[in-house]
Amino acid sequence: MSVKVKSVLQTEEKMMRDTYCRVLTGLAAENENIAALDADLMSSSGMKPFMQTYPDRFINCGIAEANMIGVAAGLSAMGYIPFAHTFATFATRRACDQVFMSAAYAKLNVRIVGTDPGVCAAYNGGTHMPLEDMAVLRAIPEITLVEPTDSVMLENILPKIAEKYGVYYIRLNRKNAVGVFESGSEFEVGKGVLLRDGGDVALFASGIMVAEALEAAKLLDEQGVSARVVNLFTWKPIDAEMVIESAEKTGAVVTCENHNVVGGLGSAVAETLVKTRPVPVEMIGVQDQFGEVGPEDYLRGRFNLNAADIAAAALRAVKRK
Amino acid sequence: MSRQNLPLRAAELRLETLRVFETRGFGHVGGAMSVVETLAVLYNGVMRVRPEQPDWPERDRLVCSKGHAGPAVYAALALRGYFDKSLLQTLNRPGTSLPSHCDMNKTPGVDMTTGSLGQGVSTAVGLALGQKMRGCDARTYLIIGDGECNEGQVWEGLMLAAHRKLDNLIVFCDKNGQQLDGYVKNVLDTGDLADKFRAFGFFTQSIDGHDTAAVETAVKAAADNRKSPSMIVLNTKKGYGCTFAENQEFNHHIAFTPEQMTEALKAAQQKLEEVPA
Repeated sequence: MSVKVKSVLQTEEKMMRDTYCRVLTGLAAENENIAALDADLMSSSGMKPFMQTYPDRFINCGIAEANMIGVAAGLSAMGYIPFAHTFATFATRRACDQVFMSAAYAKLNVRIVGTDPGVCAAYNGGTHMPLEDMAVLRAIPEITLVEPTDSVMLENILPKIAEKYGVYYIRLNRKNAVGVFESGSEFEVGKGVLLRDGGDVALFASGIMVAEALEAAKLLDEQGVSARVVNLFTWKPIDAEMVIESAEKTGAVVTCENHNVVGGLGSAVAETLVKTRPVPVEMIGVQDQFGEVGPEDYLRGRFNLNAADIAAAALRAVKRK
Repeated sequence: MSRQNLPLRAAELRLETLRVFETRGFGHVGGAMSVVETLAVLYNGVMRVRPEQPDWPERDRLVCSKGHAGPAVYAALALRGYFDKSLLQTLNRPGTSLPSHCDMNKTPGVDMTTGSLGQGVSTAVGLALGQKMRGCDARTYLIIGDGECNEGQVWEGLMLAAHRKLDNLIVFCDKNGQQLDGYVKNVLDTGDLADKFRAFGFFTQSIDGHDTAAVETAVKAAADNRKSPSMIVLNTKKGYGCTFAENQEFNHHIAFTPEQMTEALKAAQQKLEEVPA
């Protein structure tokens, strides 16, 4: 696993959904078992090119997400590798029992892609704002939960996810991500990515919070606090080795997630640390509140998801040592 | 028509299903009894399966979406030769491969895990769709209950099956008129189910679900229909042929005494002996 972090972070030119569809369509060319399902959100999830290229392996289930997950499970029992797409809210809240029983408990081979994580749901507002999708699924045994950071990571891990067996949930920001990794970087599902080393505090971040955490590390530098930054893009199974090693090296931890702090990344990190290496933990994320409507930058401020919030939390964590 | 003596196969299956429950003293007796004739027909001449190779890819699949009828499915599988009948005595015992609800990872011959109602419809649609996509001429058989039709997912799945013209999907709706809390018409009236299925685009037949000849004829007609998925509404009695369960309003999951079971087994045995050879 070799990773190179960009020296200057800026928003990528391409939307994540375009990269996603291009890569999946390419995989489908190589593997005739790959199939895609959608629930009347094909235009949103960017799957039209797949549908046009492989109409026989694309199933639009209509506005019926629970059914879509079940159909995906049935297809997998016929040897297909189904990728089912919808907003993260519907993939998890609405179809939870189907993900549980028809897919996970039945030990079938299903990929679920939930788009518009957390505040990325922006103008769709609180009804559509998944701040609990990872928490809902994290309680299902044997499931794997990933949140790709940028298009470079997405392009690298999607083929790896397609090859594995089991239930995989991909939390996907379909818009333009901030590019964090240089092309050619290699990732492994289940392994955290060390973005920069530091000795005073460890910042664990995922999704849109990775760029914020890197920015926070710079802010902390200015205050003489050295921050180690780790991208935990796999929420389950959590990379316990990386979490513990980082806690041992720094003695203080901040978790950063575009998600409710209840049951999410902060919880996963804390559950790991309390059992082995208890250190002060601060959790940046939505503090058990509902989402609301507005532009993404407004919502980041509203829920204290900015670099300055992370830096302040880091100082609190360091103080608690 | 089949060379099998289907009434005899059904009588044997009913007796064997009762024995599955026998030593436990309780179970989902009602809904198991009502699908006995259908399972007897399916596993004696209708379904293309290889008991010695349960995961044969070209096989017909059965999804028992009313997963609580598992004990009847297990008895049918044992009689068909998937596993030894002695295994049937392990129902719901610690570590068993025969849990209350059907589990594809535990029981040879079970094609889909079911139990949370409505979900088997979607998975069966996925199987039937997958068979079509693979160019495989196998069929998917699906058993749902009329109480199960309370679940919205049933209708989501049926809609997609009709939309995709899955003529390899043959559904049985076990209309036994009862659900856990009482009669369907009192709990949540499903109205005229056959009309609803027709309106959803299914080739629909309504038959006596305890008449093996009628079941066999209906399956044949369903298989011959190449325009749409098929629905066979089975007019049944919940607890049929089980002396302590039949004609009881609350027979979804019931406890029974050894004496009651002895009487039920005796009656089922007598019925079996009355079947013309």
